[in-house]
Amino acid sequence: MTTTVPAGQAVETSLPVATRSGPPPSEVLLDVRDLRTYFHVMDGTVKAVDGISFSINRGETLGIVGESGCGKSVTSLSVMRLLDIPPAEIPSGEIWLDGQDLLKLSEEQMRAVRGNDVAMIFQEPMSSLNPVFTVGNQISEAVILHQKLSKRDARDKAIEALRLVGIANPERRIKQYPHELSGGMRQRVMIAMALSCDPKLLIADEPTTALDVTIQAQILELMRKVQDETGTALMLITHDLGVVAEMVHDVVVMYSGRVVEQGTVEEVLLEPKHPYTEGLISSMPSKGKRGQKLNVIRGQVANPFNLPKGCNFTPRCPYRFEPCPDHDPRIEHPGGPPAACWLWKPAPGYGTAPRVREGAVTASGAKAPIMLEEAAPAVLEVSS
Amino acid sequence: MAESSRAVDAADVAKVGTPGPVITDLEETASASARPADHEVSLESLNQWQLAWRRFRKHRLAVIGAFAFLFMVTMAIVGPILWPYSATHIPGVTTPGGDPPTLSPIHNLFGTDFGGRSVLQFVVVGSRISIAVGVFTAIIATTIGVTVGAVAGYFGGWIDGLLMRFVDLILAIPFLFVVLVAARFFGGGDVVSLILIFGLLSWAGLARLVRAMFLSLREAEFVQAARAVGVGDVRIAFRHILPNALGPVVVSATLIMASAIVLEAFVSFLNFGIRATDVSWGNALSNSKGYLLQGNWWWPFFPGMALAITVIAVNFMGDGLRDALDPRSKE
Amino acid sequence: MTASPSGEPVASHDGNGLGEPLVVIENLFKYYPIYGGILRRKVGDVKAVDDVSLEVRRGEVFGLVGESGCGKSTLGRTLIRLQPPTGGRASIAGEDIFAKKGKDLKRLRRRMQIIFQDPVGSLNPRMPVSDIIGEGLLAQADRENRWGDRKLRDKRVGDYLEAVGLRREYSRRYPHEFSGGQRQRIGIARALALEPQFIVCDEPVSALDVSIQSQVLNLLSDLKREFDLTYLFIAHNLSVVQYLSDRVGVMYLGRMMETAPVDELYANPRHPYTVALLSAVPEPDPRRRKKRIVLRGDVPSPANPPSGCRFHTRCWLREQLGNPENCVTETPEFREITPGHRVHCHWAEKISGGIVAQAAASQDVLKTSEPLVS
Repeated sequence: MTTTVPAGQAVETSLPVATRSGPPPSEVLLDVRDLRTYFHVMDGTVKAVDGISFSINRGETLGIVGESGCGKSVTSLSVMRLLDIPPAEIPSGEIWLDGQDLLKLSEEQMRAVRGNDVAMIFQEPMSSLNPVFTVGNQISEAVILHQKLSKRDARDKAIEALRLVGIANPERRIKQYPHELSGGMRQRVMIAMALSCDPKLLIADEPTTALDVTIQAQILELMRKVQDETGTALMLITHDLGVVAEMVHDVVVMYSGRVVEQGTVEEVLLEPKHPYTEGLISSMPSKGKRGQKLNVIRGQVANPFNLPKGCNFTPRCPYRFEPCPDHDPRIEHPGGPPAACWLWKPAPGYGTAPRVREGAVTASGAKAPIMLEEAAPAVLEVSS
Repeated sequence: MAESSRAVDAADVAKVGTPGPVITDLEETASASARPADHEVSLESLNQWQLAWRRFRKHRLAVIGAFAFLFMVTMAIVGPILWPYSATHIPGVTTPGGDPPTLSPIHNLFGTDFGGRSVLQFVVVGSRISIAVGVFTAIIATTIGVTVGAVAGYFGGWIDGLLMRFVDLILAIPFLFVVLVAARFFGGGDVVSLILIFGLLSWAGLARLVRAMFLSLREAEFVQAARAVGVGDVRIAFRHILPNALGPVVVSATLIMASAIVLEAFVSFLNFGIRATDVSWGNALSNSKGYLLQGNWWWPFFPGMALAITVIAVNFMGDGLRDALDPRSKE
Repeated sequence: MTASPSGEPVASHDGNGLGEPLVVIENLFKYYPIYGGILRRKVGDVKAVDDVSLEVRRGEVFGLVGESGCGKSTLGRTLIRLQPPTGGRASIAGEDIFAKKGKDLKRLRRRMQIIFQDPVGSLNPRMPVSDIIGEGLLAQADRENRWGDRKLRDKRVGDYLEAVGLRREYSRRYPHEFSGGQRQRIGIARALALEPQFIVCDEPVSALDVSIQSQVLNLLSDLKREFDLTYLFIAHNLSVVQYLSDRVGVMYLGRMMETAPVDELYANPRHPYTVALLSAVPEPDPRRRKKRIVLRGDVPSPANPPSGCRFHTRCWLREQLGNPENCVTETPEFREITPGHRVHCHWAEKISGGIVAQAAASQDVLKTSEPLVS
């Protein structure tokens, strides 16, 4: 099954996007513009990230939400420039961090940025810690590398970092090896390591997914506290809407490599606009739904080698109407419409977007038939 | 969106042919309606051998290796039959120490030895013994190794302890020493006894590997699931565990084959291998050693190349087979 | 534990009309020996399940929650004889589970099945779906059911594929051709094919994405109704358990801490661990960033569990009560505090709605450092 995608096709759809240029205003810490990350593999090209834009202000939090395979982790790895090129390729996009475009930096300059300006914590703390070095060693190594401190100062810094993340007896802990620590403790060490160089941006990729609930609660509290104290901005990647609700201010919902919805956490979770977000929220089990069927999002994520031409969610969407299969309703910039959905923006040949015309329709209330009645007549004209 | 999520409903709806954007609730119906949305099930269904072949094909070196090895095996089987000269055909030499390679006659393609015997003939006829030693050694060693390893790993406990101590013992025997002594005492130079010695001494590593695979697969969830529905020990061992241990076993077997071929050449070179009158690549190399100083490079070169190509080909093939036989490997 | 739970008149306790006990577990122990030293002598035990009693009533879903290492999966697997128990008794519909051997055990397996967590690891990658599902039928074939007959078996496999929402034709395919949700359906079909009464669902949706998770949960509750099943539903996700279960048990370090009807447990938890666990779950509602009780430190090792109450090393209630001695010295009884609600805590009466709020409010949420145990 080889699908070759002509290079021009993708570019064409993105043409209206490249309107902003140059560095963003100084209060914006991270500004990702029309980022694309593709993987060239044996069976073709996977558009893991396909033209996404978002930004984070200094000291603020952004949650990136989505299910497995939606491209959320690839996004973070792209920002860190940790992907192997090839097979990965970043054919377009800008990643402005603190006034410089990371995609234009040399590998050497990028190394200085990593750890210093941006730090990252991963889901599996064990695999990101080196088993043959002590915890103290690993933290101070990063400090020595980036801040050019003496060994003794670096050690003090490591102890301080461990204390910051709530590890008691840090003088003793720095002599321990990763395998001597529990999962929660390791994640604390990872956070200490990430924070040791006072980064401006902390990227946390599913930081609590591998942990138990009570330990997750500890780590979330810790991350909140640390953020309060250090003023670092946080980009939290997760599939857990509960974690998002607790932790972040702004949310970006990703589906199949694209941003489908953006807004504050209240907007997105309480009044989801994109049918995918709506489906996601309504499919979560809860007490109130006992004895009833859970809502389901039908079908499964589109084949990454063969994405629909228009909106990626079309085949699963209960509200889809005529423009959906052929026209991509992508969100072009952070200030744009809240959802990448033709219900919320004027579709080609339609004029006003149906939902906007109807007035705000919240998640639970709306039903597909409303849409179809609205859309049907116009459709016939266009298609026949 | 409160409709049921059962397949039956979905199928019914599809049959009636509801117009418009009716998508059945189910992930799997997508493939049937030729919608490209469903990646995994819209793949044509391949059985595991077809899939293995697909993966194998993508492994360039492995395919080249397989062809080279097949060529050698074919040569070993039909080569001596097609050889146009009788074994006693010795046209005599024009240069002392043997003639250098010439394009014709075919007898002289790889040159000749000091007595005028064809080096090409050594390569062709010699492949029989060399490859036979490799293949049969691998078969014997794999059979013993898999059996011992499987029994030890599956049953564990004292059986495991006993068998593994025996494996340690085998591994502790200095291989070459046994070969040399055995060659002297039991029918020195006999191909069959050589194969038996090789085979009986080279299964220990494989047994350890198989044991380890069994130990870990015994706890795999699909094995637990089989146990939960009442499947018996023997079937679990042969239908569940062994097929999943196949990849590493195949790789090991190819490594054993390659090393047996080299070993045969080595002991023959030392004159402890097969009879000097039989032709193998090792013998050909051994015979050439006295004449190297005269600059007769073609003597050792062609048999040596044949040997090296075969061994490398077998290793590449094993590599490809491992990847191909691992059902989890995507590419 | 004095009174065996099977002795009590159960059905009358709560008005949800559930039947008599189907599965009864009494004082179940499962220890894993630890070997150490040069001589590989036994030096101790990992007490995975330590004196647990519970009963699952016919037609109900009993939810079993707890964090990793609390012994909930071990309990499930020991119960259906995937591992030998160290001690205790268990029965299904009056038949002793642990006493069965050979043929009898095999026959017993028809009654109780298991659905695994890992949709990848629980299906043999080298077998087509027809064999994966049909294997149990083959193993259980006898003259009566004639499952040995390939045709008959294949038909049955097809029926169950359809029952779980897959197509009949998929039986020739191999597991890798399916998505995670579909594989989980295959695992469910395998368990169903033997027509069990009782299924242990061991974290059946934990490995799935949210949108797929809801499909599988719907399927499980449909099948329960259709085939008259009883589930022991093991999970760490508290909202999934709340959605599906009729009664819930909370485990910690091999012990059952609390059991109660689901609404009672979630609304009125009486064990401090349950309270903390419930408060720790982040809710997807930004208006309700709740005050939570953050437990200190990590779960102690089950090889060397704390004396007395297993939870005393991390217990916030004990701290508030001024660290009473009996938590350390006396193992609490698993006592019935209100009808149908059992708690393993000396001080459960101290917890009521008021106290929880107070505890949560006064708790310094950042006291989250060192494990108290060494």
